[in-house]
Amino acid sequence: MSSHAKAAEGEAPQFYELVPHHHAPHGSTQIGFWIYLMSDCLIFASLFAIYGVLGGNFAAGPSPAHLFNLQLVAVSTGALLLSSITYGFAMLDMDEGKKTGTLVWLVITGLLGAVFLGLTLYEFYHMIHEGAVPQRSAFLSAFFVLVGTHALHVTFGILWLVTLLVQIGMKGLIPANRIRVQCLSMFWHFLDVIWIGVFTVVYLMGMLR
Amino acid sequence: MSASTSTDTLSPSQKAHAHPNPEVHGDGHDHGTRRTYLIGFALSVVLTAIPFWLVMNNVIADTMIATLVIMAFGVVQIFVHMVYFLHMNTKSEGGWTMMAAIFTIIVIVIALSGSLWVMFHLNTNMMPGHIMNPADLI
Repeated sequence: MSSHAKAAEGEAPQFYELVPHHHAPHGSTQIGFWIYLMSDCLIFASLFAIYGVLGGNFAAGPSPAHLFNLQLVAVSTGALLLSSITYGFAMLDMDEGKKTGTLVWLVITGLLGAVFLGLTLYEFYHMIHEGAVPQRSAFLSAFFVLVGTHALHVTFGILWLVTLLVQIGMKGLIPANRIRVQCLSMFWHFLDVIWIGVFTVVYLMGMLR
Repeated sequence: MSASTSTDTLSPSQKAHAHPNPEVHGDGHDHGTRRTYLIGFALSVVLTAIPFWLVMNNVIADTMIATLVIMAFGVVQIFVHMVYFLHMNTKSEGGWTMMAAIFTIIVIVIALSGSLWVMFHLNTNMMPGHIMNPADLI
Protein backbone atom coordinates (compact mmCIF):
# COMPACT_ATOMS: atom_id res chain seq x y z
CA MET A 1 0.00 0.00 0.00
CA SER A 2 2.86 2.35 0.85
CA SER A 3 4.20 1.91 -2.69
CA HIS A 4 0.91 3.21 -4.11
CA ALA A 5 1.13 6.18 -1.82
CA LYS A 6 4.68 6.93 -2.94
CA ALA A 7 3.78 6.55 -6.59
CA ALA A 8 1.05 9.10 -6.10
CA GLU A 9 3.66 11.55 -4.87
CA GLY A 10 5.64 11.16 -8.08
CA GLU A 11 8.28 8.60 -7.02
CA ALA A 12 9.08 5.46 -8.99
CA PRO A 13 6.62 2.67 -8.17
CA GLN A 14 8.10 -0.02 -5.93
CA PHE A 15 6.84 -3.56 -6.45
CA TYR A 16 8.83 -5.39 -3.79
CA GLU A 17 10.11 -4.70 -0.29
CA LEU A 18 13.70 -3.49 -0.18
CA VAL A 19 13.93 -3.13 3.59
CA PRO A 20 14.21 -6.55 5.28
CA HIS A 21 11.55 -6.92 7.95
CA HIS A 22 11.73 -9.08 11.02
CA HIS A 23 10.22 -12.56 11.05
CA ALA A 24 9.72 -14.22 14.40
CA PRO A 25 11.69 -17.48 14.76
CA HIS A 26 9.40 -20.42 13.85
CA GLY A 27 6.82 -17.80 12.83
CA SER A 28 5.87 -19.72 9.68
CA THR A 29 6.48 -23.28 10.96
CA GLN A 30 2.88 -23.95 11.90
CA ILE A 31 1.31 -22.82 8.64
CA GLY A 32 4.00 -24.76 6.76
CA PHE A 33 3.27 -27.89 8.74
CA TRP A 34 -0.44 -27.38 8.15
CA ILE A 35 0.21 -27.26 4.37
CA TYR A 36 2.16 -30.54 4.69
CA LEU A 37 -0.79 -32.11 6.54
CA MET A 38 -3.16 -30.98 3.80
CA SER A 39 -0.92 -32.59 1.16
CA ASP A 40 -0.81 -35.76 3.28
CA CYS A 41 -4.59 -35.57 3.33
CA LEU A 42 -4.55 -35.75 -0.49
CA ILE A 43 -2.46 -38.95 -0.34
CA PHE A 44 -5.10 -40.49 1.92
CA ALA A 45 -7.88 -39.16 -0.33
CA SER A 46 -6.40 -41.04 -3.31
CA LEU A 47 -6.01 -44.20 -1.20
CA PHE A 48 -9.64 -43.88 -0.08
CA ALA A 49 -10.65 -43.44 -3.74
CA ILE A 50 -8.75 -46.63 -4.63
CA TYR A 51 -10.43 -48.48 -1.76
CA GLY A 52 -13.82 -47.11 -2.80
CA VAL A 53 -13.34 -48.38 -6.37
CA LEU A 54 -11.72 -51.75 -5.58
CA GLY A 55 -13.15 -52.48 -2.12
CA GLY A 56 -15.83 -54.78 -3.52
CA ASN A 57 -13.55 -56.87 -5.77
CA PHE A 58 -13.02 -59.97 -3.61
CA ALA A 59 -11.88 -62.27 -6.47
CA ALA A 60 -13.84 -65.09 -4.75
CA GLY A 61 -11.59 -64.50 -1.73
CA PRO A 62 -12.51 -63.49 1.82
CA SER A 63 -14.84 -60.51 2.31
CA PRO A 64 -14.76 -57.94 5.15
CA ALA A 65 -17.47 -59.83 7.06
CA HIS A 66 -15.16 -62.91 7.16
CA LEU A 67 -12.03 -61.03 8.15
CA PHE A 68 -12.83 -58.09 10.39
CA ASN A 69 -13.32 -58.27 14.13
CA LEU A 70 -15.31 -55.18 15.08
CA GLN A 71 -14.64 -55.61 18.82
CA LEU A 72 -10.91 -55.34 18.10
CA VAL A 73 -11.45 -52.27 15.89
CA ALA A 74 -13.60 -50.68 18.61
CA VAL A 75 -10.78 -51.15 21.16
CA SER A 76 -8.10 -49.70 18.85
CA THR A 77 -10.41 -46.77 17.97
CA GLY A 78 -10.92 -46.14 21.68
CA ALA A 79 -7.14 -46.15 22.25
CA LEU A 80 -6.61 -43.60 19.47
CA LEU A 81 -9.47 -41.39 20.70
CA LEU A 82 -8.09 -41.47 24.27
CA SER A 83 -4.61 -40.62 22.96
CA SER A 84 -6.06 -37.50 21.32
CA ILE A 85 -7.34 -36.12 24.60
CA THR A 86 -4.21 -37.12 26.55
CA TYR A 87 -2.18 -35.19 23.94
CA GLY A 88 -4.55 -32.27 24.55
CA PHE A 89 -3.74 -32.45 28.26
CA ALA A 90 -0.01 -32.47 27.41
CA MET A 91 -0.55 -29.27 25.40
CA LEU A 92 -2.42 -27.64 28.30
CA ASP A 93 0.37 -28.57 30.76
CA MET A 94 2.95 -27.22 28.30
CA ASP A 95 1.07 -23.90 28.08
CA GLU A 96 1.24 -23.69 31.87
CA GLY A 97 4.97 -24.47 31.77
CA LYS A 98 4.68 -27.80 33.62
CA LYS A 99 7.53 -29.91 32.23
CA THR A 100 6.82 -33.10 34.22
CA GLY A 101 3.09 -32.99 33.46
CA THR A 102 3.81 -32.53 29.75
CA LEU A 103 6.21 -35.48 29.74
CA VAL A 104 3.79 -37.74 31.64
CA TRP A 105 0.86 -36.98 29.32
CA LEU A 106 3.10 -37.44 26.26
CA VAL A 107 4.26 -40.84 27.57
CA ILE A 108 0.61 -41.90 28.10
CA THR A 109 -0.20 -40.69 24.56
CA GLY A 110 2.70 -42.70 23.16
CA LEU A 111 1.61 -45.84 25.04
CA LEU A 112 -1.96 -45.51 23.72
CA GLY A 113 -0.50 -45.05 20.21
CA ALA A 114 1.56 -48.22 20.76
CA VAL A 115 -1.61 -50.11 21.83
CA PHE A 116 -3.31 -48.97 18.61
CA LEU A 117 -0.32 -49.98 16.51
CA GLY A 118 -0.05 -53.34 18.28
CA LEU A 119 -3.71 -54.13 17.59
CA THR A 120 -3.32 -53.15 13.91
CA LEU A 121 -0.24 -55.36 13.54
CA TYR A 122 -2.04 -58.22 15.33
CA GLU A 123 -4.92 -57.86 12.86
CA PHE A 124 -2.50 -57.86 9.90
CA TYR A 125 -0.71 -60.94 11.28
CA HIS A 126 -4.03 -62.71 11.82
CA MET A 127 -5.22 -61.91 8.27
CA ILE A 128 -1.95 -62.96 6.62
CA HIS A 129 -2.01 -66.15 8.69
CA GLU A 130 -5.44 -66.95 7.25
CA GLY A 131 -4.16 -66.42 3.69
CA ALA A 132 -5.76 -62.97 3.33
CA VAL A 133 -2.56 -61.48 1.91
CA PRO A 134 -2.41 -58.31 -0.23
CA GLN A 135 -1.90 -60.40 -3.39
CA ARG A 136 -5.15 -62.32 -2.81
CA SER A 137 -7.63 -59.77 -4.21
CA ALA A 138 -7.97 -56.13 -5.22
CA PHE A 139 -9.97 -55.54 -2.03
CA LEU A 140 -7.11 -56.85 0.12
CA SER A 141 -4.47 -54.85 -1.81
CA ALA A 142 -6.46 -51.66 -1.31
CA PHE A 143 -7.11 -52.53 2.35
CA PHE A 144 -3.46 -53.17 3.21
CA VAL A 145 -2.26 -50.03 1.41
CA LEU A 146 -4.82 -47.75 3.09
CA VAL A 147 -4.67 -49.15 6.63
CA GLY A 148 -0.92 -49.81 6.30
CA THR A 149 -0.21 -46.19 5.31
CA HIS A 150 -2.16 -45.00 8.33
CA ALA A 151 -0.29 -47.43 10.61
CA LEU A 152 3.01 -46.21 9.13
CA HIS A 153 2.03 -42.65 9.99
CA VAL A 154 1.25 -43.69 13.58
CA THR A 155 4.64 -45.47 13.73
CA PHE A 156 6.48 -42.31 12.69
CA GLY A 157 4.31 -40.28 15.08
CA ILE A 158 5.46 -42.51 17.96
CA LEU A 159 9.11 -42.22 16.84
CA TRP A 160 8.73 -38.44 16.73
CA LEU A 161 7.09 -38.50 20.17
CA VAL A 162 9.96 -40.51 21.69
CA THR A 163 12.47 -38.09 20.12
CA LEU A 164 10.54 -35.17 21.63
CA LEU A 165 10.53 -36.82 25.07
CA VAL A 166 14.33 -36.97 24.92
CA GLN A 167 14.59 -33.38 23.66
CA ILE A 168 12.26 -32.00 26.33
CA GLY A 169 14.02 -34.09 28.98
CA MET A 170 17.40 -32.62 27.97
CA LYS A 171 16.54 -29.02 27.06
CA GLY A 172 13.22 -28.43 28.83
CA LEU A 173 10.26 -26.54 27.36
CA ILE A 174 12.32 -24.15 25.23
CA PRO A 175 10.54 -22.30 22.34
CA ALA A 176 11.93 -24.74 19.74
CA ASN A 177 10.54 -27.72 21.68
CA ARG A 178 7.18 -25.98 22.15
CA ILE A 179 6.85 -25.56 18.38
CA ARG A 180 7.75 -29.24 17.90
CA VAL A 181 5.12 -30.33 20.43
CA GLN A 182 2.53 -28.14 18.66
CA CYS A 183 3.39 -29.62 15.25
CA LEU A 184 3.22 -33.19 16.57
CA SER A 185 -0.12 -32.26 18.15
CA MET A 186 -1.48 -31.32 14.71
CA PHE A 187 -0.01 -34.51 13.22
CA TRP A 188 -1.49 -36.70 15.96
CA HIS A 189 -5.00 -35.21 15.78
CA PHE A 190 -4.81 -35.36 11.98
CA LEU A 191 -4.11 -39.12 12.17
CA ASP A 192 -7.17 -39.46 14.39
CA VAL A 193 -9.26 -37.64 11.77
CA ILE A 194 -7.97 -40.03 9.07
CA TRP A 195 -8.81 -42.99 11.33
CA ILE A 196 -12.43 -41.79 11.55
CA GLY A 197 -12.56 -42.17 7.76
CA VAL A 198 -10.88 -45.59 7.93
CA PHE A 199 -13.14 -47.16 10.54
CA THR A 200 -16.24 -45.69 8.89
CA VAL A 201 -15.46 -46.61 5.27
CA VAL A 202 -13.35 -49.76 5.66
CA TYR A 203 -14.64 -51.51 8.78
CA LEU A 204 -18.22 -50.38 9.42
CA MET A 205 -19.28 -50.07 5.76
CA GLY A 206 -17.30 -53.24 4.98
CA MET A 207 -19.41 -55.21 7.46
CA LEU A 208 -22.57 -53.89 5.80
CA ARG A 209 -21.58 -54.98 2.30
CA MET B 1 -5.89 5.60 -2.13
CA SER B 2 -4.31 7.73 0.57
CA ALA B 3 -1.33 6.93 2.76
CA SER B 4 -3.50 7.03 5.88
CA THR B 5 -5.09 3.67 5.00
CA SER B 6 -1.76 1.85 4.85
CA THR B 7 -1.74 0.74 8.51
CA ASP B 8 -5.32 -0.51 8.32
CA THR B 9 -4.58 -2.83 5.41
CA LEU B 10 -1.82 -4.77 7.22
CA SER B 11 -2.80 -8.41 7.56
CA PRO B 12 -2.86 -9.91 11.09
CA SER B 13 0.31 -11.90 10.37
CA GLN B 14 2.17 -8.73 9.39
CA LYS B 15 1.00 -7.15 12.61
CA ALA B 16 2.28 -10.19 14.52
CA HIS B 17 5.67 -9.75 12.85
CA ALA B 18 5.84 -6.20 14.06
CA HIS B 19 5.20 -7.31 17.63
CA PRO B 20 8.39 -7.17 19.71
CA ASN B 21 7.81 -10.46 21.54
CA PRO B 22 5.78 -13.00 19.56
CA GLU B 23 6.02 -15.60 22.34
CA VAL B 24 3.92 -13.41 24.61
CA HIS B 25 1.65 -12.31 21.80
CA GLY B 26 0.83 -15.89 20.85
CA ASP B 27 1.30 -17.63 17.54
CA GLY B 28 -2.15 -17.12 16.10
CA HIS B 29 -3.26 -20.55 17.33
CA ASP B 30 -5.91 -21.15 19.92
CA HIS B 31 -4.91 -24.13 22.08
CA GLY B 32 -8.29 -24.56 23.74
CA THR B 33 -8.97 -25.26 27.38
CA ARG B 34 -9.47 -28.41 29.45
CA ARG B 35 -13.19 -27.85 29.04
CA THR B 36 -13.15 -27.71 25.21
CA TYR B 37 -10.94 -30.82 25.05
CA LEU B 38 -13.37 -32.72 27.32
CA ILE B 39 -16.39 -31.55 25.28
CA GLY B 40 -14.66 -32.67 22.08
CA PHE B 41 -13.75 -36.01 23.61
CA ALA B 42 -17.28 -36.64 24.90
CA LEU B 43 -18.76 -35.77 21.50
CA SER B 44 -16.32 -38.00 19.62
CA VAL B 45 -16.96 -40.94 21.99
CA VAL B 46 -20.71 -40.63 21.38
CA LEU B 47 -20.23 -40.18 17.63
CA THR B 48 -17.99 -43.28 17.51
CA ALA B 49 -20.09 -45.48 19.79
CA ILE B 50 -23.38 -44.98 17.92
CA PRO B 51 -22.20 -46.16 14.45
CA PHE B 52 -20.36 -49.14 16.01
CA TRP B 53 -23.52 -50.05 17.93
CA LEU B 54 -25.63 -49.67 14.76
CA VAL B 55 -23.42 -52.07 12.79
CA MET B 56 -22.67 -54.60 15.56
CA ASN B 57 -26.35 -55.12 16.39
CA ASN B 58 -27.75 -54.74 12.85
CA VAL B 59 -30.11 -52.04 14.09
CA ILE B 60 -30.96 -50.71 10.61
CA ALA B 61 -32.11 -53.46 8.25
CA ASP B 62 -31.74 -51.44 5.04
CA THR B 63 -28.04 -51.48 4.06
CA MET B 64 -28.26 -48.26 2.04
CA ILE B 65 -29.83 -46.27 4.87
CA ALA B 66 -27.37 -47.75 7.40
CA THR B 67 -24.42 -46.76 5.16
CA LEU B 68 -25.66 -43.19 4.80
CA VAL B 69 -26.28 -42.88 8.56
CA ILE B 70 -22.75 -44.17 9.36
CA MET B 71 -21.17 -41.82 6.83
CA ALA B 72 -23.10 -38.89 8.31
CA PHE B 73 -21.77 -39.76 11.80
CA GLY B 74 -18.23 -39.96 10.36
CA VAL B 75 -18.47 -36.54 8.70
CA VAL B 76 -19.86 -34.92 11.86
CA GLN B 77 -17.08 -36.49 13.94
CA ILE B 78 -14.41 -35.22 11.54
CA PHE B 79 -15.76 -31.69 12.01
CA VAL B 80 -15.84 -32.16 15.81
CA HIS B 81 -12.17 -33.18 15.73
CA MET B 82 -11.22 -30.26 13.48
CA VAL B 83 -12.89 -27.74 15.80
CA TYR B 84 -12.11 -29.16 19.27
CA PHE B 85 -8.75 -30.89 18.72
CA LEU B 86 -7.16 -29.19 15.68
CA HIS B 87 -8.64 -25.81 16.78
CA MET B 88 -9.63 -24.86 13.26
CA ASN B 89 -11.07 -21.37 12.97
CA THR B 90 -11.26 -18.63 10.38
CA LYS B 91 -8.76 -16.40 12.19
CA SER B 92 -5.60 -18.50 12.78
CA GLU B 93 -2.61 -17.52 10.58
CA GLY B 94 -4.70 -14.73 9.08
CA GLY B 95 -7.23 -17.23 7.71
CA TRP B 96 -4.70 -19.20 5.66
CA THR B 97 -5.15 -22.50 7.53
CA MET B 98 -8.85 -22.33 6.71
CA MET B 99 -8.12 -21.45 3.06
CA ALA B 100 -5.73 -24.41 2.73
CA ALA B 101 -8.30 -26.70 4.37
CA ILE B 102 -11.11 -25.55 2.08
CA PHE B 103 -8.90 -26.04 -0.99
CA THR B 104 -7.97 -29.54 0.23
CA ILE B 105 -11.61 -30.44 0.86
CA ILE B 106 -12.54 -29.32 -2.68
CA VAL B 107 -9.74 -31.44 -4.20
CA ILE B 108 -10.74 -34.44 -2.03
CA VAL B 109 -14.40 -34.17 -3.06
CA ILE B 110 -13.43 -33.99 -6.75
CA ALA B 111 -10.96 -36.91 -6.46
CA LEU B 112 -13.35 -39.17 -4.51
CA SER B 113 -16.60 -38.46 -6.32
CA GLY B 114 -14.86 -38.34 -9.72
CA SER B 115 -13.04 -41.66 -9.21
CA LEU B 116 -16.14 -43.46 -7.95
CA TRP B 117 -18.38 -42.00 -10.66
CA VAL B 118 -16.01 -42.79 -13.54
CA MET B 119 -14.99 -46.25 -12.36
CA PHE B 120 -18.50 -47.49 -11.57
CA HIS B 121 -19.74 -46.34 -14.98
CA LEU B 122 -16.72 -48.02 -16.56
CA ASN B 123 -17.53 -51.27 -14.73
CA THR B 124 -21.17 -51.12 -15.79
CA ASN B 125 -20.34 -50.44 -19.43
CA MET B 126 -17.41 -52.84 -19.84
CA MET B 127 -18.75 -55.95 -18.07
CA PRO B 128 -18.79 -59.00 -20.40
CA GLY B 129 -22.39 -59.64 -19.33
CA HIS B 130 -23.33 -56.35 -20.91
CA ILE B 131 -23.06 -57.89 -24.40
CA MET B 132 -26.34 -59.71 -24.70
CA ASN B 133 -25.94 -61.27 -28.15
CA PRO B 134 -22.76 -63.40 -28.68
CA ALA B 135 -23.01 -62.71 -32.40
CA ASP B 136 -22.08 -59.08 -31.70
CA LEU B 137 -18.59 -60.24 -30.68
CA ILE B 138 -17.72 -61.48 -34.17
